[in-house]
Amino acid sequence: MADNRLEITLSGVRLDNPVIPASGTFGFGQEMAEAYDINCLGSLSFKGTTREARYGNPLPRIAECGSYGMINAVGLQNPGVEKVIEHELPELRRIFRKPIVANISGFSIEDYQYACALLDKEEQVEILEVNISCPNVHNGGMAFGTSPEAAAEVTRAVKAVTTKPVYMKLSPNVTDIVAIAKACEEAGADGLCLINTMLGMRIDIRRKKPIIANRYGGYSGPGIFPIALRMVNQVARATKLPIIGCGGVGTAEDVVEMMMAGATAVEVGAANLVNPTACKDIIDALPRVLDEIGVERLEDIIGVVNKD
Amino acid sequence: MRQGKYTILKNEALTAQVWRMELAGDTEGIRPGQFVDIRLPELFLRRPISVCNAEEGVLTIIYKVVGKGTDLMRTLTAGTELDLLTCLGNGYDLSQAGEKPLLLGGGVGVPPLYMLAKELCREGKRPVVVLGFNTAAEIFYAEELAALGCEVRVTTADGSAGQKGFVTDALPAEYTYFYACGPLPMLRAIERSCTSDGEMSYEERMGCGFGVCVGCTVKTIAGYKRVCKDGPVFKVKEVINE
Repeated sequence: MADNRLEITLSGVRLDNPVIPASGTFGFGQEMAEAYDINCLGSLSFKGTTREARYGNPLPRIAECGSYGMINAVGLQNPGVEKVIEHELPELRRIFRKPIVANISGFSIEDYQYACALLDKEEQVEILEVNISCPNVHNGGMAFGTSPEAAAEVTRAVKAVTTKPVYMKLSPNVTDIVAIAKACEEAGADGLCLINTMLGMRIDIRRKKPIIANRYGGYSGPGIFPIALRMVNQVARATKLPIIGCGGVGTAEDVVEMMMAGATAVEVGAANLVNPTACKDIIDALPRVLDEIGVERLEDIIGVVNKD
Repeated sequence: MRQGKYTILKNEALTAQVWRMELAGDTEGIRPGQFVDIRLPELFLRRPISVCNAEEGVLTIIYKVVGKGTDLMRTLTAGTELDLLTCLGNGYDLSQAGEKPLLLGGGVGVPPLYMLAKELCREGKRPVVVLGFNTAAEIFYAEELAALGCEVRVTTADGSAGQKGFVTDALPAEYTYFYACGPLPMLRAIERSCTSDGEMSYEERMGCGFGVCVGCTVKTIAGYKRVCKDGPVFKVKEVINE
């Protein structure tokens, strides 16, 4: 039974709890369902999906960063939106009855629109999470998520093809994330998800070469939590949009901290790769943490540090 | 995939760089060719290590000290409790073996062949095992494999023990099917030399070890596959080399 103390609402979508596995750390749910019944989750953000199938980057794609986390340069490997709708979503539906967050990436405005328009027709998909931290091959290699104008352009384009809530997933690799968040808000975004991974690098000192074949990759894990928390807080104070906080969350306490900073829901990413039951463990621990800090309902703490 | 707590019973050096660890815990369902993923203190990612043996609550793994994780594993003492994911990967397909299967292992690729050889011997098969090492001082598990009842041939690159050369220089005249585990150049040589059908176990830098991060994907003739989840064992010539 869901504990209603943990219930939250994202743009009218009611979730039993705020815990959502982050895209790219949970596949399409099948592998994790071997470890536990994933219906305990609030929602699930599936593997980043693009218009065309993608293999992604050459190996190695993974590098460790001590106890702080890891770098990945997977490069959006996915079977393409049609296969996702034909195969992955029906399979997911068999094991998961909660609302689904569809994570969409693109390389042009048309790519985003194409994938979003198709996923708009999927009943179980209740939120579109639009990842704008990918290289914009359409626009001279600059990422959509690193310019307020481009971020707004994608937001408007996606909003035009869907009636579902649109959450823009923001890149932390920018000078001013608030400006980009505000541009998305003005362009009609229903919410925001932040942060995606931080650009990082590791070098194999014996081989004298970068560990990641692609040289750089996205740094995630507990090491980025304070940065994610700060950015969530900055954005929460500057916009009215609901925020899905993401970045280095690994414990129930981290979830509470993210929500106090201003997040309405929280995505758990790298922690899933280390502990397959990470999300379940966090959900199980949340009521105890609420008791410890004397809070009745989780929803009451959203943005509590911004209220004075 | 299963998750459990395991207690180290023994952790000892077999050669200068290769160590064997025995752990007490749940061995239910672990098949030859599968691997375990070990959580280590102070390190974020688990370490995938192939299963050498799993029997009646005792799990044996053999690892080579090559980096931070394995260097830390070397220092762990009996009584230490570790969090493991087990039953990972597809494992070897024993139904293909035939009467006289050939097992080919190079260096730290030897360990998973032990449990495979044990199961094949138990089924009454007569495996021939060819092991390849760089030099005499690096040889391990030749005697253990012979004790199972296998015919064991040893090769060393420098000729300091057994036949000089590589595993492909010591192939028997006849065999029904082959199983191989070892470094990539060895697997490539086997693909060129072996005359029967067979399968090979790969290793790759992994993120999760259970298929969700797709950090270890390789191209195969049947599309993209994850070494951790769809492998680590692939059919001969299934993986496309680039």
